Amino acid sequence: MGILEIKNVGKRFGGLQALGDVNLSVAENTVHAIIGPNGAGKSTLLNCLVGKLIPDTGSVTFQGQSLLGRKPHEINQMGVSRVFQTPEIFADLTVMENVMIPCFAHRDGSFKLNAIGSVAGQADIKTQAEQILEDVNMLDKHQMQASSLSRGDKRRLEMAMCLVQEPKLLLLDEPTAGMARADTNNTIDLLKEIKEKRDITMAIIEHDMHVVFSMAERITVLAQGTPLVEDTPDNIKGHPKVREAYLGEAQV
Amino acid sequence: MFGLSAKDTRLFFIVTGLVAFAPFLMNPFPTGSAMAQFNAGYPDLMQRFVIFGIFAIGFNLLFGLTGYLSFGHAAFLGAGSYAAVWMLKLLTINVIPAILISTVVAGAFALLIGFISLRRSGIYFSILTLAFAQMAFALAASVLTPITGGETGLQTALNDPRILDGIASSGGNIPAPALFGLEMRNSYVWNVSGWTFTFNAGYYLAGAFMIVAFYLSMRIFRSPFGLMLQAIKTNQTRLNYTGLNSRPYTLAVFVISGMYAGLAGGLMASMDPLAGAERMQWTASGEVVLMTILGGAGTLIGPVLGAGFIKYFENIFSKINSNVLHEWFAFMPDGMEDFIVTILYPFVGKGWHLTLGIMFMMVVIFLPGGLVEGGQRIANLFRRKKSQPSEADGAKTPAE
Repeated sequence: MGILEIKNVGKRFGGLQALGDVNLSVAENTVHAIIGPNGAGKSTLLNCLVGKLIPDTGSVTFQGQSLLGRKPHEINQMGVSRVFQTPEIFADLTVMENVMIPCFAHRDGSFKLNAIGSVAGQADIKTQAEQILEDVNMLDKHQMQASSLSRGDKRRLEMAMCLVQEPKLLLLDEPTAGMARADTNNTIDLLKEIKEKRDITMAIIEHDMHVVFSMAERITVLAQGTPLVEDTPDNIKGHPKVREAYLGEAQV
Repeated sequence: MFGLSAKDTRLFFIVTGLVAFAPFLMNPFPTGSAMAQFNAGYPDLMQRFVIFGIFAIGFNLLFGLTGYLSFGHAAFLGAGSYAAVWMLKLLTINVIPAILISTVVAGAFALLIGFISLRRSGIYFSILTLAFAQMAFALAASVLTPITGGETGLQTALNDPRILDGIASSGGNIPAPALFGLEMRNSYVWNVSGWTFTFNAGYYLAGAFMIVAFYLSMRIFRSPFGLMLQAIKTNQTRLNYTGLNSRPYTLAVFVISGMYAGLAGGLMASMDPLAGAERMQWTASGEVVLMTILGGAGTLIGPVLGAGFIKYFENIFSKINSNVLHEWFAFMPDGMEDFIVTILYPFVGKGWHLTLGIMFMMVVIFLPGGLVEGGQRIANLFRRKKSQPSEADGAKTPAE
């Protein structure tokens, strides 16, 4: 029984069957990659996990609890964090404030009316935020406004915001899209480092095979809304069906 | 100090000083001089400065921090006014219960309207609040006449019960609202070599409330709650995926903001025990939006500046008529004088809206951060002259 169990999930948008009949189990403390061509339903599947979409059929359970019908903030409070395809950060706030907000959410829950205490006076939150910024090598930028960061830094910031909550499951939607190879490698190293340091399960949606094959322990290939095959990276590499559907290589 | 940073403490003392010395600052010209009509140091107007200051500070908590643009805030001000007048009629002529109850009533009203309106954001939220406020206005002017006095408005009367001080009010005149016997309309006038300074009891009471309101808004701005509200403004999606529920946050600030408006309404009724439905009209809601944007939305001091600015124009510019203009330009040759007066006339007197409109346009186009941004730019100009090597400006300018 995995930490995340997806059973018979289907989702239809009008006439389009975005997800057919998806069964997927993500084992605890593994890195599970979901790959597939554009339009395969990867993002739809992810949206069904975080409460943005409600699947038409099937069930999604996290640690034995159903995620269906829960709001995004409730799912996050259960220990599921998500990194978006285009970084979603608090652009008008400073880097430090960006990281402090998830710290507050982690400590105080989804709502706390603390209107009189000052942000500057929260020593524990500040230490926590500084620590994670150091982990992602951004401590020197803590005073900068988040919107003025480079694209790669925005991604790292978003990742820091997710990690500081110490999620049990981290969902990454193309975490290295649009990054130069050096930045991609940095991200891979960062994720691997985190994986070593603490118990965390990661589900990665990714196009870059370099990322997938250097990190993933299990890979699921989606095509046209249904899982084509699920296996270890080594087996996926040589799988003829995958080559045909996704890797786009001529059949040998 | 008081849980504020050094910079905020300084700002707080500046505001306190301005409120305390306003009777001097607003009356810079000797009485009887040609410039005397630019003096704003009379009780009625000074009261309005601080009361609308409170209203704008409260509005700014909602709009400046969360970006939710309410177009119906005058409804809370009106509700507060009615509640205050009723307290003055039923309970006691002392203003303290009136002010407290008006704040509570407006808060409850805001809870109801906010609960419904905050289901939507953006333009739909604005329209919902506008609809509610217009509904409240229409009801107050018609169906609710027994409670609101309809179009004539609600007033105190001689035969009001005033259960707490029935004997005190049996003097033959309608008693004036007072703070433990100190009537709000009481003023001490100080004549000193040509200048006249008026120190009004009502003004100082309202001013004290404004200082408290300003202090609380500072604390909210710097609190974790305030940070969450700013986060709602920048990226609500991220906030939800960070495990925070934006609804209770927006509702809480909506209620707080409504209570500020109610406090302003209660003070207004305490200065002059009269409440009319027109206080709830959409133009009144629009005015507080203008004040906040003109002064600088999302800044601490901006709304107070904006409120002062608009009220000054409304009361001072509107009094300049063609006679005054002719007086000013009397030194010119006749034809020239008439020409200048003809050109200037549309901008003053009843045309003060035109001047205000042009200034508002200029501010929005050239100073999107409002008057506060203008002040900051001037300050930066001086600072740069003083010390050439300015610090790298990647850092975020703190909201103030």
